[in-house]
Amino acid sequence: MAEVLLEVKNLHTDFITEERTVQAVNDVSFQIRRGETFGLIGESGCGKSVTCRSLIRLVKHPGKITGGEILYQGKNLLEYSEKEMRGIRGKEIGMIFQDPMTTLNPILTIKTQLVESLKDEKMTKKEKEERALELLRLVGIPSPKERLACYPHQFSGGMRQRAMIAIALASRPRLLLADEPTTALDVTIQDQIIRLLKRLKRELDMSLVLVTHDLGVASQMCDYIAVMYAGKIMETARAEVIFERPRNPYTYGLMRSIPSIAQKGKKLYSINGAPPNLNDMPKGCPFSPRCEFCEERCKKEMPPLVQVEPGHFSRCHCAEKMEHIKGRTRPEEGGALYA
Amino acid sequence: MEELTYIVKRILQMIPVLLIITFIIFFGMRLIPGDPALLLVGNRASDEVIAATRARLGLDEPLFTQYLLFLKQCLTFDFGESMTLRAPVTELFAQKAVITVSLTLMTIVFAILISFPLGYAAGVKHDSKIGSFIDSLSLTFVSVPEFLVGLVIMLIFALRLKWFPVGGWGDTLGERLHALILPAFTGALGTAALVLRNIRGNVIQVLDKDYVDFAYSKGLSPWKIRTRYIFKNVLISTVTLLAMRMTYMLAGSIVIESVFALPGIGQMMLNAILARDYSIVQATVYLFSIIVLLMNLLTDIAYSLLDPRVKLN
Repeated sequence: MAEVLLEVKNLHTDFITEERTVQAVNDVSFQIRRGETFGLIGESGCGKSVTCRSLIRLVKHPGKITGGEILYQGKNLLEYSEKEMRGIRGKEIGMIFQDPMTTLNPILTIKTQLVESLKDEKMTKKEKEERALELLRLVGIPSPKERLACYPHQFSGGMRQRAMIAIALASRPRLLLADEPTTALDVTIQDQIIRLLKRLKRELDMSLVLVTHDLGVASQMCDYIAVMYAGKIMETARAEVIFERPRNPYTYGLMRSIPSIAQKGKKLYSINGAPPNLNDMPKGCPFSPRCEFCEERCKKEMPPLVQVEPGHFSRCHCAEKMEHIKGRTRPEEGGALYA
Repeated sequence: MEELTYIVKRILQMIPVLLIITFIIFFGMRLIPGDPALLLVGNRASDEVIAATRARLGLDEPLFTQYLLFLKQCLTFDFGESMTLRAPVTELFAQKAVITVSLTLMTIVFAILISFPLGYAAGVKHDSKIGSFIDSLSLTFVSVPEFLVGLVIMLIFALRLKWFPVGGWGDTLGERLHALILPAFTGALGTAALVLRNIRGNVIQVLDKDYVDFAYSKGLSPWKIRTRYIFKNVLISTVTLLAMRMTYMLAGSIVIESVFALPGIGQMMLNAILARDYSIVQATVYLFSIIVLLMNLLTDIAYSLLDPRVKLN
């Protein structure tokens, strides 16, 4: 097995205001190995983005990492000074964002934004420009030479997303955090970007953290998956295991919510209710008010994350009851669950 | 090339605007009761003297002829002699403009020096006590009238502490700069407060933008993020506001120049209106209008230079 690149242990990220403290990420642990894609999935507001941002300590104010460890190659990033973190960001861990329209600085050229991300100080100006050109070529932007001098508004959405990826990869990070990288794009461009990320990951030997609410995207890309709900990991396992044998009602609910051609003509499934307000969490299991397997115990006791089979963990009192349940087989490469 | 065509087009568009302005100012002045000749020679002058003065000032001509003469003056920039001051109006304007323009420039510099750092700080620290303190202070200065601030400042720094002259203009450059400090500071406070609030709001907005987070995730230095990412984006709308305030200051110079007895355009205008000195009022309003129109054009050009998304066309 490849070595562990990043290990998160008992991470807590809270949003602290005068009135209250909201636990957006609550005791989250996972590992990312070299060359692996790790998917964080869940509904909006479940804490997956905050978890992702916590990894390079860029949680938006008033969010604050209040506990745990983030071990990057064995060293705890939470003990780093802000200046030391700058050495990590971009160079070791890069990040791409959801909306390419707003992620590039509108008043700087693509070239400026690429060149300033090259952190190797030994490079001459000319070498940096060469490298910028090479990066645009790498992400598949046509006629890169002319594009370098362009401003973001002169690019299409897909090209902007490619440019953003090029910028994030400028200093060859070993780990790329992708926060909903395809959500703001239309489906054809989505597919292109997914293929691009897969190719880059292979070519550059990177690990990838993919935050998405799109199970189709997750199934196409991820090796490992963690399903989050209300700031907690509900289930985690290898991707094919989760898709074949979900052992958590929430994961199962998410999967059943994906429309498919086989169910043509039937009513679309959806999980009842909405995620809980993090200010006012239900006692016991956070999913219990929406869960069809819910028992008395679930309303009182928070279930622990337990191993249901080797390498497969679920946070559910009723995990055994789900043993007969079959998930959906992982779709073929390129074919999407949302097709 | 496209830009040049645009600029020429904009300058041509000024002509009808200026024509309307000449019309309003010419007939507007004559709607105000009061005869300039009578004001010039006094109540007790005989009818002949008044008639002679009217003839000398060209006021006996038909109104329309007088208007045409004014239009001709506008084209040649030679506005003849002042009715009351017995000197060429253009020359008077140039003399007084030095004072008003220096005052305006110094005011802008002060306003920038006050508002940029404080506005930035208030934006970054908008949810802390310092932030809300700066915010409420700025709100106070937006609301207090300039003449009142001017008087208080004068009372403290000129009368009590005697650091600055109470008013007037000096003979040497040093004296003049010294004399401009208090009036410029007074004028700057209101503008600084407004600009500060604008910057604060923009900083809060820009800080929330993904591109700032992206810049952090690239590991850029805080200085680079502040200048290239935050400040440059904040500046785009602030420049427009500053330019608007600058034209306001030129026009608003009447108040400050009166409080600090600065013999600038504002004072000259005020005296000219009271004395019904048509030639000075007409010329000054006309020349001011040109300055304001040109500044608007310059603002648009500056805007297009700052923001690549904006094109001059």
